[in-house]
Amino acid sequence: MSAEEIAIVAFAQTPAVREYPDSEASMLMDLTNQLLRETGLARSEVGFTIAGSCDYLSGLPFAFVMNVDGFGAWPPVYESHVEMDGAWALFEAWVRLQMGDVDVALVAGSGKSSPGNPREIFPLQTNPYYAAPLGLDPVSVAGIQARALLDAGRARERDFAEVVARSRRDGMANPNAQVAKDVSVDALLKEPYFAAPLRRHDLPPISDGAAAVLVARGDRARQLAKRPVWIRGIDHRIESSHLGLRDLTDSPSSRLAAEKLHIHDGPIDVAELCVRFSPEEIVLREALGLRPSTRINPSGGPLCGHPVMATGLVRVVEVARRIRDGEARRGLAHAASGPALQQNLLCLLEGGA
Amino acid sequence: MAERCAVIGIGQTRYARRRDDLSLDGLVREAALRALEDAGLDWKDLDAIVIGKAPDALEGVLMPELSLCDALGAVGKPIHRVHTAGSVGASTAISAATLVESGLYRTVLTLGYEKQSEGNATWALGGGRSGSQGAGGSFAPWIRNYIRKSGAPEHIGWKVAVKDRKNALRNPYAHLQLKDISIEKVKESPMLWDPLHFLESCPSSDGAAAMVLTDSAGAKRAPRRPAWVIAHAKRTEFSQFPGRDTVRPAAGVECAKALYAKAGIKDPLHQIDCAELYVPFSWYEPMWLEGHLFTDEGEGWKLTDSGATELGGSFPVNMSGGVLSSNPIGASGMIRCLEAASQVRGSAGEYQVEGARIALGHAYGGAAQYFAMWIVASEPAPSF
Repeated sequence: MSAEEIAIVAFAQTPAVREYPDSEASMLMDLTNQLLRETGLARSEVGFTIAGSCDYLSGLPFAFVMNVDGFGAWPPVYESHVEMDGAWALFEAWVRLQMGDVDVALVAGSGKSSPGNPREIFPLQTNPYYAAPLGLDPVSVAGIQARALLDAGRARERDFAEVVARSRRDGMANPNAQVAKDVSVDALLKEPYFAAPLRRHDLPPISDGAAAVLVARGDRARQLAKRPVWIRGIDHRIESSHLGLRDLTDSPSSRLAAEKLHIHDGPIDVAELCVRFSPEEIVLREALGLRPSTRINPSGGPLCGHPVMATGLVRVVEVARRIRDGEARRGLAHAASGPALQQNLLCLLEGGA
Repeated sequence: MAERCAVIGIGQTRYARRRDDLSLDGLVREAALRALEDAGLDWKDLDAIVIGKAPDALEGVLMPELSLCDALGAVGKPIHRVHTAGSVGASTAISAATLVESGLYRTVLTLGYEKQSEGNATWALGGGRSGSQGAGGSFAPWIRNYIRKSGAPEHIGWKVAVKDRKNALRNPYAHLQLKDISIEKVKESPMLWDPLHFLESCPSSDGAAAMVLTDSAGAKRAPRRPAWVIAHAKRTEFSQFPGRDTVRPAAGVECAKALYAKAGIKDPLHQIDCAELYVPFSWYEPMWLEGHLFTDEGEGWKLTDSGATELGGSFPVNMSGGVLSSNPIGASGMIRCLEAASQVRGSAGEYQVEGARIALGHAYGGAAQYFAMWIVASEPAPSF
């Protein structure tokens, strides 16, 4: 496939916090206004709007309808919504902009985990007949995945701790991080198990937060941003819902997406991976064939802040920021959905005129 | 890189109060397999899958694309899930059409479903609060306002309720098969939300509906006639604000304008042969006839009263029986879109509109604030 030239021209995110006291809509309103201010665009110049969020987090069917108040819909707007991470909203916006009749799109992802208990909500992602009644929650599935890695000799517990130590240290330079700390691998390994072989620090924090980006076509992008960040491709793939049919030490769907995007046709300076549990980084690094020269999760990644439904879009924002600021030329953003990296999205970004 | 998009396969389940004979996987698979069979394709021919449904809370399954991906042949492929309230079925079809039109994906399966018997729809439609007034309770005041403004006589609602149920008798998939439906029966049925009687309201259904969409090359290879997607549009506005026109929402008017402009249609009532409009409560037929610019304001009910919207009339509406006869919420908009496609393919059987070339599929949702519409034609570039 050969895609049109489409770029991220502005981006914004809220800090990840344990409990944001106001509504999801108010987060989205702040971000939307910030993006419009930065680009000088009027709301009416945004031709397409699409958001990703999840009703279940707040326990309110149709909760996303209230978010419309946040990103603005008067006069009426051309708009859609995915019940998925905002990264999939970006996918749909990128597809929509291919056609040429719309040249600017607003994309958002938002989620508040604070009203509920994620360990009770997320088992409902699994097969409703065979798995959900067992209450298999993401932490337990991540534990099974970690155990599979250990049993296969593909990782040691120390490797998990190294991912955590590096991520939490990198998070100290990230003003949007919820959890950040300079802590040694040895100290981490002395902590007790939470869901063996995972320790509490192998888990992400529970977060509220949102992210938004403005994307634009070719010359319009060049007008709106001094340094547009070009989307070279987005691909996403899913794996079976039956955990027993999957090799949890691998991520074939990520690998396939990477092949489709030809990510190795050039150096990858930075990769922001949706590592919600530290062992996932080990799986992804290998599946994607990332080399040591690729800087992984310089923001600290989801282990420092995990605003569900925005976490994937935040990865895009973090890569875009580094490309815009000249720290990287070409980067990869990854989003994930489902237990044990069941569904994966890759977005290849590049700087340049 | 704009590609043309064609509907080459259509599949529906039988709609019913409760489909206990099928799991969720079985339900979506039944519709998907029928669509693939109609298209003469196999799972391996699909490049992407786009699904839609209303709130996850209706079945208690969070992000159902994750558990349904096996049943939908999506493993190793892109699958994504749309949710735009009641308009979702049409929005999902439009998202899928966009994948094809972008040139990035050739053949896409799109599917909407709801298995409402698994949960409590009225609870969910009340935003998850107990003691919900239900969707009818939200719409009834606006319907009363329409009646007051337009001066429409009360029998208009009854007439729509009878017409759509009579049409449903010709549709083997329709949930309600009310053989003895009559004006008398409708007006004597219990009053639910004044002015809406029980028989002026949609049922709560289980069901799934699917389409296979593809590009020009795919349409050429298809075993049966394609329906060409010649235009689609979506518009959204706020749920409430002072001065909002809830009878004729601006988003609905603008959506229709954008749609007709894209299609090159200037006189929708005469240039479009028939329409599947989202009419969950009888009065929404005249309200959308006006709100989507088929007639002038205050004239929609006269068109309905004249019999023009009946099968055999000059502008048939809801030939399949509509939402009033089958309402698996997440699929209902998809059904409107695929029934429109079926008409221009000439495959609508007992409820075929003779010579239909151009048809419209429509859905709305939320507080009558989400609109999604498409126009399909028997030719890729019809002349008007």
